[in-house]
Amino acid sequence: MSLLEVHELSKVYGEGAAATPAISELTFAVEEREFVCVIGPSGCGKTTLLRCVAGLLAPTAGSVVLRGKRVARPPDEMALVFQEYNRSLFPWMTARQNVAFPLRRKRLGKQGAARAETALDEVGLGRFVDHYPWQLSGGMQQRVAIARALAYQPSVLLMDEPFASVDAQTRADLEDLILQLRQRFGVTVVFVTHDIDEAVYLGDRIVVLTRAPGRIRETVLVGLPEPRDQIETKALAEFTRLRTHVNRVIKQEAARQPASPDAQGS
Amino acid sequence: MLAALSVLESVTRTELISSRHFPPPTKIFSTLARELGSATLWSDLANTLGGWALGLALAFAIAVPLGIVVGSSALLHRLLALPIEFLRPIPSVALVPLVVLVYGTGFQSKLFLVVFACLWPLLIQTIYGVQDTDPVAMDTARSFGLGRTERLVLVTLPGAVPYIATGLRISSSVALMLAVTAELVIGSAGLGRSINLAGEGGAVELMYALIVVIGVTGWALNSVFARIERRVLHWHVSVRRLEHAR
Repeated sequence: MSLLEVHELSKVYGEGAAATPAISELTFAVEEREFVCVIGPSGCGKTTLLRCVAGLLAPTAGSVVLRGKRVARPPDEMALVFQEYNRSLFPWMTARQNVAFPLRRKRLGKQGAARAETALDEVGLGRFVDHYPWQLSGGMQQRVAIARALAYQPSVLLMDEPFASVDAQTRADLEDLILQLRQRFGVTVVFVTHDIDEAVYLGDRIVVLTRAPGRIRETVLVGLPEPRDQIETKALAEFTRLRTHVNRVIKQEAARQPASPDAQGS
Repeated sequence: MLAALSVLESVTRTELISSRHFPPPTKIFSTLARELGSATLWSDLANTLGGWALGLALAFAIAVPLGIVVGSSALLHRLLALPIEFLRPIPSVALVPLVVLVYGTGFQSKLFLVVFACLWPLLIQTIYGVQDTDPVAMDTARSFGLGRTERLVLVTLPGAVPYIATGLRISSSVALMLAVTAELVIGSAGLGRSINLAGEGGAVELMYALIVVIGVTGWALNSVFARIERRVLHWHVSVRRLEHAR
């Protein structure tokens, strides 16, 4: 049994004539400690998929199963990092309070604040625990959000295009940070992105979706050597091959005619 | 300010403007100084501020919880939008005859008018504040397993505080206006009634002195609110911009 199983997951928004299918009969599994990237043409339902997996959105059909238990609402074992860090962090709380915020439910008392500080230290923000999010740069704010997810000690970390709104250099730094943390804490990651390089660089496996309604077009195994390195890994012939392959598949998908409701995806 | 006052002083001293309509500022201020030593002024002020404070507090106690409930329910908001939009534009003053009929001319009438007028800005601001909760912030709280009540208290309410603070500041000046109006029109005890009496008795200088007292009171209340707001909302964009500009 896999850690996380997505079984024939479908989500349709609206009803009757206005019904818009977002994802359709998606099936895949994520193993313990695996790093899975989900990628696809824009509007293919990547975010819908992640919200269903996170238990934030009820699927129309199918199921998400975490450690053999069906996900009906956000499970304690998952933490989510959003793209919009500036809206996901609470402006009236300091970095420490933001990170400690989800821990209040775990009734850790003083330990909660200590754990928050450790987590902020892990992401390199040890000196900024008492800063408010708006006093920090975009990249630093996303680090706070990552620290908050880490402090929650999830077994699955879900990330929804987390680095899409930071500049290229910060993005590379954050990618390496995530790989490091994953190595250290053995956390399983499901990472939604629209950036092909990012998916190939980070993932053990890439799930490529079709255009809307999203189905699985292809699963690509990434056999690049560990640890990954922004310069060395990206200079490998295998990196270029994988990237070209995924790029080609997505281009074909984007160019395809919109699927009719009864068309079968591959 | 000083220049304006000295121009006024010379214009009124030379009777360019009749001092029966506008006495020289020096006379107004000397009357004011004399009045500051009398018990009447202070009890008037206490009466007016009493109506202001109690009215504002009652309106707050009604409007904010109601606004939270209405703001969190799309159905309730749809149902109540029309009655609210109908009642809100009624000027409090239009209710004076009704209020006098029901409560007489005492403190209760003044209180009713103040509460009625203060209710709307507070209610509407609270509804907007609650509805304006960021969906990403809400999803964040949900994803970490927070229940409905926790989300309301820890996410929605702090986010609505800036809106409620604005409502409170608007309502504070509305409350002072209505308290004085009630005293003027109905004759409930307070600065408004004394202004009326002074006017009718030809004590023009006293009348102006009392007007100055009301002006200063309004200004002082407003700056107290602004100061509290800056403290509590130090994290909010509007205040951050202010601090930045300084």
